Amino acid sequence: MILALTFTEASVIGLLVAGVQFGTLLYLAALGETVAEKSGVLNLGVEGMMATGASVGFIVAVETGSPWAGILAGAAAGALLSLVHAVAAVGLGADQVVSGLALTFLGLGLADFVGDGYTDDARRSLFRDVELPGLDGIPWIGEIVFRHSPVTYGAVLSGIVVWFVLNRTAVGLGLRAAGETAATADAAGHSVLRLRFAAVMVGGAFAGASGAYLTTYLVGSWSQNLTAGRGWIAVALVIFGAWRPGRVALGALLFGFTLALKSRLAVFGIEFSPILLDMTPYLLTVVVLVVISIRARNKPSPAPAAIGIPYRREER
Amino acid sequence: MKRRLLVVLAILLGFALVAASCGDDSTDDAADDAGDSGTAGDGDSDGDSDGDSDGDDGTGDSGVDASDITAAFVYIGEPGDAGWTYAHDQGRQFAEAQTGATTVTVENIPEGSPEFDQAVRDFIADGADIIFTTSFGYMDAMEALAAEFPDVAFEHATGFKSNDTNFGNYFGRIYQARYLTGLAAGAASPTGDIGYVAAFPIPEVIRGINAFTLGVRDANPDATVTVNWTSTWFDPAVEGDTANALLEGGADVIAMHQDSTAAGEAAEAAGARWVSYNSDMSAFAPTAYLASAVWDWGPYYTSVIEQVAAGTYAGGSYWGGMEDGIVQLGSLADDVSEETRATIQDLTDQMIAGTWDPFTGPINDQDGNEVIADGEVPDDGALLGMDYFVEGVVGSAAG
Repeated sequence: MILALTFTEASVIGLLVAGVQFGTLLYLAALGETVAEKSGVLNLGVEGMMATGASVGFIVAVETGSPWAGILAGAAAGALLSLVHAVAAVGLGADQVVSGLALTFLGLGLADFVGDGYTDDARRSLFRDVELPGLDGIPWIGEIVFRHSPVTYGAVLSGIVVWFVLNRTAVGLGLRAAGETAATADAAGHSVLRLRFAAVMVGGAFAGASGAYLTTYLVGSWSQNLTAGRGWIAVALVIFGAWRPGRVALGALLFGFTLALKSRLAVFGIEFSPILLDMTPYLLTVVVLVVISIRARNKPSPAPAAIGIPYRREER
Repeated sequence: MKRRLLVVLAILLGFALVAASCGDDSTDDAADDAGDSGTAGDGDSDGDSDGDSDGDDGTGDSGVDASDITAAFVYIGEPGDAGWTYAHDQGRQFAEAQTGATTVTVENIPEGSPEFDQAVRDFIADGADIIFTTSFGYMDAMEALAAEFPDVAFEHATGFKSNDTNFGNYFGRIYQARYLTGLAAGAASPTGDIGYVAAFPIPEVIRGINAFTLGVRDANPDATVTVNWTSTWFDPAVEGDTANALLEGGADVIAMHQDSTAAGEAAEAAGARWVSYNSDMSAFAPTAYLASAVWDWGPYYTSVIEQVAAGTYAGGSYWGGMEDGIVQLGSLADDVSEETRATIQDLTDQMIAGTWDPFTGPINDQDGNEVIADGEVPDDGALLGMDYFVEGVVGSAAG
């Protein structure tokens, strides 16, 4: 069979650019979840927080005319919503899995409720691509790396900041301690509850911002089921990236490229099931889990040891 | 222990909240969809409304006034999607205005779910005389319910099961309108590279791609239509990117099947043209918009409500075409040439008169083998089971 559409330079660049765009979406949410999990709190509500961020972000962006206001509002909405999980799972010591799942459904419902009148809204308030002067002229690389929305640059910057805070500051040390052995962190004078509350809210803010990125850039409109399970990919991504901001970024790019590749199978003339390609992030995550557990026999697992375990001081 | 109980209660409350916001079961008044803006199409079709109505529920009795009928609609999505459910809801509003019947709706009911069964039973308990449902996967549940409630009329869109008393299926020959959009697309494509953002490889979608391609090639014999599958009915992120992939590959016109406007917005951003589906979505991409294949369910819903009121309803299958207006060509962009408009008008007239169909042979499949002989028109069974691409389509019909 002869392809009518040729395998052009534009197609290849398009694949890589779209991969970075999808990667930004996944990275923001996964970075936030990394912070929460590092503190010892698993939050399975990412999909719900993302949806609420998308809905609130769209409304604020089109009503104010500013995508910046939209993404900030989305982040605020995600952070507020994550308080439900923080209160239940951190404050009251509820089962993190149950509370997180409840948050997913709560967030999806809330997003639909808030966004109800905006579903068929044709207004748009979108981020524009910013070309980094001097760098965007480099052939290929310029277009792929240095011509993106401010959100992508913001995501990269956030990754560096999160890495720095986690690994080079006292707060980060306390947060990681809270996620490994909470009692030790407590003994060292850190408030485990306060750290975990903050970490969950940071996670919520990033998930909300990720959702708002959908409605202020990647898609541009709000509708039900807009997140379409991407929040779950972000949860898998944290494991895939072994709870390290840098590796999570690489994973986000990889998963982003599989999403972008799915859209281009026919154009590239590749005969591969798009449904199988949709499964690859999860398959890769399972592979990583298997590798981690095999290596765990002689090497400590990268998973925060206290993840999923509520901390109650009186039980010390 | 007490603390745990509290948490569980809080979570349950959360679930209840979601359930309440998702399955909102709303009786429609004129005020209902107030504030919706920005959509194409005529907003106020339901001017008159619920003054009288709501008498007894003696369905099947002959000679009831149509305004005494209650028609319930079960939607797979929500009307705001500008797509499939939007078109059905426009039809519902039209039928309500025409007949004075009371209509009730429920949105976002998953296929094959207990919610479906419950929603229908609730409607019947509340006195519904007709149940319209708009997604293929409701079919078996509809069949069972139709047997259980012989006094209620059951109408199922896109299915193939029916009886001759109270259970019918209905659909339209949207491929006829797609063919016409293909004529406009072929004429608007200088490069002859046209992209199709396709949903799932099932006969309904394949038939639409084929009819579109036949139209494209009648206007532009060397043009090709490259099919790019998304495996989605609604996922704007994927649908927009799939359109981008086709545009990067050189396509200058994009057609699509899904419920989102994302493909059109991608075409708009790339300076290409767009053929939309379900409803006239021109407001979402005013420059790219070229033509659309649209549904008009209103007259059909009106007719069924009237049949039920008159006691003449008898189930059966309905697959209407341009002649009934259930499928139509949406508005054409201003720059569509007079010549193309004349061709479109001529073939529309022929389809309405029943003298011509887009699948009139000779038609070759994509490997060049003749599949429909000269002058022959395939029967409905062949059309409904179509699983191959015609000549001019690039891509695999297997998905």
